Amino acid sequence: MYIGKFRLPIMSSLLIWAALWEIAGRTGASFIIPPLSRIFARIIEIVPTPAFGDALWITGKAFILGNIIAICIGVPLGVLMGRSVIADRIFLPWVNMFLSSPLSALVPVIMVIFGAGQTTIVLTVVLFAIWIVVLDARAGVRNITPSLVEMARSFGANRFQAFSKIFVWAALPEILAGVRLGMIRAVKGVVIGQLLVSIVGFGRLFEIYSSRFLMEHFWALLFVLFAFAFAINEALAWLERRFEYFAASRN
Amino acid sequence: MTAAVAQKSAAPRAMVEVRHISKTYAGGVEALNDLSIDFAEGQLTSLLGPSGCGKTTLLKIIAGLIPATGGEVKVDGRVVTGPGPERAFVFQDFALMPWASVMRNVAFGLELKGMARSEREAVAEKYIASVGLKGFEKAYPHELSGGMRQRAGLARALAVNAKVLLMDEPFSAVDEQTRRKFQEDLLELIAREQKTFLFVTHSIEEAVYVSDRIIILSHRPSQVSSIVEPAIVRGGGPDQIRRDPAYLDTVESIWQSLKRYLD
Repeated sequence: MYIGKFRLPIMSSLLIWAALWEIAGRTGASFIIPPLSRIFARIIEIVPTPAFGDALWITGKAFILGNIIAICIGVPLGVLMGRSVIADRIFLPWVNMFLSSPLSALVPVIMVIFGAGQTTIVLTVVLFAIWIVVLDARAGVRNITPSLVEMARSFGANRFQAFSKIFVWAALPEILAGVRLGMIRAVKGVVIGQLLVSIVGFGRLFEIYSSRFLMEHFWALLFVLFAFAFAINEALAWLERRFEYFAASRN
Repeated sequence: MTAAVAQKSAAPRAMVEVRHISKTYAGGVEALNDLSIDFAEGQLTSLLGPSGCGKTTLLKIIAGLIPATGGEVKVDGRVVTGPGPERAFVFQDFALMPWASVMRNVAFGLELKGMARSEREAVAEKYIASVGLKGFEKAYPHELSGGMRQRAGLARALAVNAKVLLMDEPFSAVDEQTRRKFQEDLLELIAREQKTFLFVTHSIEEAVYVSDRIIILSHRPSQVSSIVEPAIVRGGGPDQIRRDPAYLDTVESIWQSLKRYLD
């Protein structure tokens, strides 16, 4: 964007909002909005603490484990649904329903079954991430050129070979998009899971900070999470672009 | 022409036998109805016919990729129930894996059979060279021209060392000049590889140029309209073939017989 002849750097609008926030914070209009500079000071203060390190470790474990489960189940299920009409009829209504339903409402149910612990949080991550992974893998497989499937068959590929050597690769651009969207949802899942269980990880820190009205700490933690989600998204988007070259040359 | 017929019909046995094959698609379209053809061993037989006459359908039934509604196909004396190692398919749209190099694509049939990497790459290397792609082993399909991609597709089919090569309009997605060169190379290849070729095409010139025998199919549901065995002397090189009166006469007579299907 240009103002006169001056070219504004990307994300310069963020600077304007940051300035507004700082001013609003300094007027002391509400305790909910502390000045931005103090929040950043707080980030530097809390990130090296052991409490934060523990929370990051336990959250990271739940996040990664949940995503691995979501991918390992979601991709084969999506491929199966893309290839088999029967499987598609059986699973698609559920996938669509879970994709659009308010999943937070289900977390207490999981908690009743699996207790208020790490298992519940991992399952919450799976619950948030898996549906978009399934749906995108399915879409990818349905986009495969029919002759590529015929090629595999005519050279004698069995089902497993067709899955591992053709379907997964041919659908890779869509699968990666699904994994990326799934991981963004998983960030929500892990935080919501921890907030509802409220005794572990970042959820516990959020609970402590908000119940004691430590708004600077609260915002600092939130900003760190934003940064994580953004970094994950960018890393996967980069990976996606590396595989996009053949998405165009598939058909 | 008669001399050539007498010579050829005496020796070779039928490698592919199509017996009373019918195919009706789910929508009720009758592609083939009680079709019987023999394809002789070691020859290149073309299936030629008006577009949509079911020639690709027949080829895919022989390949075992789609089931026939009735009748049976025997390849090398055995009834076809699905794809098999004695047949290899060359696809109209090449069907190369865009994420894999030429080397891996060509070796793919062998990879599926579980052949060790060094072994299959040695075989693939040989066939990559024999189709004229030497130096492109590490290239990816999107870096190749259409003609080169189909050469890779052909090398892949040759690498599995099948007795029968099924080629579904292999040159139709390739530009005219590349196609001519390709046809010339194909003749050399046929002379070198002792295989049975089944070749589907809609180009009369192409069929006459490359075929030992041309089966002309009628409109849907397909019947054998006529069988032509071009009496062309192959020894003299591509230019001589294209100027050979027998070549020109055969093209013309096939055109006359196909013309009536066009309206």
